[in-house]
Parts: sequence; structure tokens; C-alpha cells
Amino acid sequence: MKVSNIDIIDSIIDQFKGKDGILIPLLQEVQNKLGYLSNDTVRHIAERTQITPAEIYGVITFYTQFRTKPIGENIVRVCHGTACHVAGAPGISEAIYDELDIGKNGTTDDLKFTVEEVACLGCCSLAPAMMINDKTYGRLTPDKVRKIISNY
Amino acid sequence: MDNKKVKIKVGLASCGIAAGGQEVYDEIDKYISKNDVDIKLEKTGCIGMCYSEPLVEIKDDSGQTMYGNLEVDDVENILNKHIQKKEPEKDKIIFSDEFGGTEKKVLKNQTRIVLENCGKINPESIDEYLAQDGYKAIEKVLKEMTHEDVIKEIKESGLRGRGGAGFPTGLKWQFARKPETDKKYVICNADEGDPGAFMDRSVLEGDPHRLLEGMLIAAYAIGADEGFIYCRAEYPLALKRLRLAISAAKEKGYLGKNILGTDFNFKINIYEGAGAFVCGEETALMASIEGKRGMPTIRPPYPANSGLWGKPTNINNVETYSNVAWIIRNGASEFTKFGTEKSKGTKVFALTGKIKRGGLVEVPMGMTLREVIFKVGGGIIDDKEVKAVQLGGPSGGCIPKNLLDTPVDYDSLTETGAIMGSGGMVVMDETTCMVDMARFFLNFTQDESCGKCTFCRIGTKRMLEILNRITQGDGKEGDIELLENLSHKIINNSLCGLGQTAPNPVLTTLKYFKEEYEDHIYNDHCSAGICKSLFQYFITDECIGCGVCKKKCPVDVISGEQKEKHVIDQANCIKCGECFNACPVDAIIKK
Repeated sequence: MKVSNIDIIDSIIDQFKGKDGILIPLLQEVQNKLGYLSNDTVRHIAERTQITPAEIYGVITFYTQFRTKPIGENIVRVCHGTACHVAGAPGISEAIYDELDIGKNGTTDDLKFTVEEVACLGCCSLAPAMMINDKTYGRLTPDKVRKIISNY
Repeated sequence: MDNKKVKIKVGLASCGIAAGGQEVYDEIDKYISKNDVDIKLEKTGCIGMCYSEPLVEIKDDSGQTMYGNLEVDDVENILNKHIQKKEPEKDKIIFSDEFGGTEKKVLKNQTRIVLENCGKINPESIDEYLAQDGYKAIEKVLKEMTHEDVIKEIKESGLRGRGGAGFPTGLKWQFARKPETDKKYVICNADEGDPGAFMDRSVLEGDPHRLLEGMLIAAYAIGADEGFIYCRAEYPLALKRLRLAISAAKEKGYLGKNILGTDFNFKINIYEGAGAFVCGEETALMASIEGKRGMPTIRPPYPANSGLWGKPTNINNVETYSNVAWIIRNGASEFTKFGTEKSKGTKVFALTGKIKRGGLVEVPMGMTLREVIFKVGGGIIDDKEVKAVQLGGPSGGCIPKNLLDTPVDYDSLTETGAIMGSGGMVVMDETTCMVDMARFFLNFTQDESCGKCTFCRIGTKRMLEILNRITQGDGKEGDIELLENLSHKIINNSLCGLGQTAPNPVLTTLKYFKEEYEDHIYNDHCSAGICKSLFQYFITDECIGCGVCKKKCPVDVISGEQKEKHVIDQANCIKCGECFNACPVDAIIKK
């Protein structure tokens, strides 16, 4: 692991020192800074906090927010909430996977895109909807979504 | 406060921003500095009319005017006319004091307690909350009421938990009041994970101080000095506004030590949920705050006796706490004027699906589903026939159209097999397949099952497999009975609400729409045209040979000469529906 990454992790651990129930916020903060939680990262956290790697992996695999693989430069979040499902979200996801040539919730080989199907973005009146990074796109069709993706 | 004559507010909750509200806001800002006009520009939360976003409200001598469906290009024209020439642009007005407007009745049929400030005040300004009698309730509580008085008032109001189960709030507080210990906690469940629901997010984004005040009152009532707000990390704007609200409240002395000069201390921490639906269950939520996997535990002991880190803890959701300050300010007797005998007050719903005026609405309990859909929601898109209403998301059920006169209260809704739930209300028309709907929700709960109880972990998986088979055209005799059998076993053998309610979407659709299941199983037919294995797209003789479908087809399986009838190669069609949506003469059908 890069020395700079070790420094980042250590400084985050120091912030949480002496507090109860730190594991989840600590992992969130590390993931925010490093993008994902690698095997080395987990081992280092375990050594420093005396929380076993098993317990850390237990938490990482339980919550959907945590990632153990690198993510793409652009995060595409396709809403699969009820309203979007009724409005045709499955077709939207299929078009994106087809356009990017990846499987469900996959990342492109060039690390340009990661696609996630999420439960609800909360803009049901714009269904079907998706977000690319911080920008929301609504009232999508498979055709429209292919165009949006190819413009990135 | 300030003496600017004209005030403009732009709806900038997540939904407004998604619809382009930020760009409109920036454009107005540019207009103000370019023309050097005396206008106060502010952001506000969600007023609930998501279907008309972006929304801009102008207040001047002529009163209040709300413009809807605005685009950046409209800004200059509207401001020129409205402010400089005093001639409002009537076509874009959705309601106003002077001109009425089409949407006035949408608000008129609602009763706003929880949402009273949403879309009206700037959520990032504590002064605006204070101007609406904000923090008056906690003042009253600290100066005039004992702990017991507060609990009594809440009990008399009949307030029940708005998270879904409907447990009486006053009673819950009484249980948490009882134990005598050095430490107690108050937790707000803001882990709104139900797909299709955004009530809590809108309150957090539109009126965060109301939640803080509700938690303060609860803390005083039970004797707690520390609180947690467990909020989804997927709600970045809500988290930002909560943090702003907490620091503003600290500065003004509403949070911290010796609040308002009394010996009452209270601090609030924010905890970002990491994405697990089961953490909406209270014991799982507390496990998550303690840094563990969010798995539920056996009750008793109840959180009121042994909750967070073993200390007595009170947990309510955002909407429940958001009723509290209003009840204290106006009295329990005012609150009980709304609602039915056993369900008092109002309920906030996220009204979505095939509805004309989708958005956030707050209605008095006891209003019928029909009134909510037609009077408040404006009816079904394209005036199609309503088929069913889904309430309570993955824990709830579908209510068919012949039961639309069911009043919205806890007990009547439970009788139908659905539940009040946290407030998701999805309206469906004949193009929604009920088997697919059940499969959709079960797919969600199966994925979110924490795995602790065998029946929930494996039972939901087996049920999902059966539903997948049925929707793929491989259903067989006995499937319906097996689904029912598994449903009852899962309900009876699961520890927490997730498993106990997971079969509800299946059971209610089986109860009211059994013939649709049978149609799938025995006739290989999906009448709604949703289950892809059970229908094909055909081009009829109506085809004018325009070639639009051919161009749209992503897999190039449509052939035909110009001005002649086209055909679809069924073997390679992926049934994406692009041609169906694109055909200008409706010559493509599903069969």
C-alpha cells in the first residue's frame, strides 16, 4: 500500500480515537478519501484499531454503501424505486448495460463508469430517473439514456 | 427583518434541483445583479407539487404568485413582466392570490401540520423558523410543563408512530420515562429506505428545525440528554441542512447545556446510515449506531428499557417527531379535531405512479383513498382507469379499485391486508402487472433480508424464484398454493418487521388479483404487457411505412421498405419497447 494512503488512514483513525461505535463512520470516511476499501486497507485498519478483519468484513459486506473494488470515474445511479419501476426502469438499466457492455452493477474495464441500481433517488415525479455523479436526469427512455451516456 | 419589497423563493429540495431548480435560481440571481433590482432571493424546501418543478414564488404588493414548470429561458421574460411592468405572465402561473390558478385546490384539500413550513421558509435560516413560532413549543415545555405533563399531552393527542406500525407515541415515551438511570437516548429514525417514499427527506430538507424541536421535547419528556439522527447517506442535502440546523440551534441556545436557562441539557449527533433497509427496524438501527452489522435482536427487552448501549432509548421517525411541536403549541384538543376515532391528525404521503399531480401531500386521517387520488392527486394520467393503489411499499400491499372508498386510517387499511406504512402511495393503472409488482417488492426484501432468520432468508428466496418463474412463463400448477404456504411460514417465523411483512405484497395481490396469476400460469399471458416472455410486439396494417421504428430499434430487427408495412423479427427482438413508444400512428401492438 502507498505510504500516502497509510497516512490518510492513520489520520482518520486518530479522529475517532476513544469514541464508541466508530467502525462504520471510520470506514465511510476512509472510503470517501480512497474510493474503496482494499484488502490492504482493511488489514491496516484492523491492526490499528484492534477490531478483527472478520468483524470489519462483516460490516463491509452487510452495508451496500461499502465497496471492495475500485470504482469508475463516473457513477451512474439508476433509480429502481417503485415509481421508476412502474415507469420502465428495467429497460433503462438494460440499455445502459448494453451501451457500456457491462453486467449488472458493473464497472467498465477502462474505469470510466460504474453503474449502480439504487432503491430510490426520491424524484419520483421525474420517473424513470438516474443520476450521473451529482446531475439528475429524468423522464428517461432507453434511447435517451444511450445518448446521455455517450456524451460523457 | 429586512425591508426588501419583492421576495423570490425557489424550491430547492432534491426534487426541485433534479428538475433544474438550481439553474433557474442562478439565472434569477444573475438577473438581479444585472438589472440592479431590489429583490430578496431565497431557497426553500419542497411544497409538494413535484409535477410542476421547478417552482418559483414571487411575493410583492400584489400578493403571492407561484410560477411552475419554469425553464432558464423563461426567467428574464417573467421577471421583466412581473416585476418591472407589473404584468404577471399568466400562462406560467400555477396559483396566486390574485389570479387563482389551476393548482390552488391541490393545497386546499390538504391539511398541513407536518408540512406547514415546507416550501414556505428558507430551511437554512433559523430566523425564518423562529418567525413561524419555531422553538415556542420547547420554551413552553421548559417553562410551564413537567415531564409528565408533556407525556400526558402527547397521549391525549392520540399521536401514533408514523413509521408504519402506528404504536401510540405517548405510551412509548411513558415507557422510556420510567427507568431511573444516569443516561438515556432519543433516536430519530431517518433511514427512509422504502423505494418510492420521500416524505421524511422532504421534511429534513424543507424544515429541519421542526425535527430538532420535536426531539428536544421528547428528550425532556423521557429525561434524555443525548440524541442521534440516523439518516441515510443517500440524502446528502438533508444531511447538510440538518448539520446547519444543529449548529444554528446551538448558537441560539436551543441545543447544548442549560437550554433556555434551565438545567436541561441536550445534544444531537448525526449518524449516516450505510445502506441497509433492515436498519429501519429499531433494534437493528441501534446495532448499526453501535458500529455492528445491523441485525435485529429479540424483544423484550424493549429499547425503552435497554436500548442503545444498553440504556433506555426512545425511537420515533421523522414525521412523528415533526408533529410534536405543533401539538404542544396548539394543544392536544386541536390535534384530535383532525382524523378518525383511533387515528388522529394527518398523514404525509409521497403520491407517485400513474397520477397526474404526483408529489408530497398531507391529508387528514380518514380521507378516503379515492379522495386522495382524485381530489388531491388530480386523477390518473391520460384519464385511464385506476387499477390498484400500493401502500406501505415492500411491507405493504395493493388495494384494488373497488376498495378505494377505504378511509386512510391505521385500522381500516390493515383490514384490507395493506398497511398505512411510512407513506409511499403508488397509483397503478391497467398497464401495471400485479404479479410483476409483487415480484418487484419481494426482490427488494429478499435482497435486504439480513439473513438472521431462516424463514426470511431462505423463504423469501424460494418465493422470489417462484415469482420469477411465473413472470417468465414457466409457472405451474401448485405455485399459488406454495406461495401462500411460504408466506404464512415467513410471517410466523421471522423476528422483525422486515420478514413479518415481506409476504404482504404477494398475499394482497393473490387476494385481489388471483386471476392475473392464473392468467400468467395457465394461459402464458400478461394482460398488462409487462412480463416480456409473455407477449410479443407486432406491427399491424395501420403501419404507414415511415421507418421511425426501424431507426429507433437498437438491435436492428425491424425491416421493411419505405411506405410499406414493416415487420419485426421476433426471434431476435429484445422487447425494449422503443418502437412501441416511437410509432406515430400506434401501429405497434403487444400481443
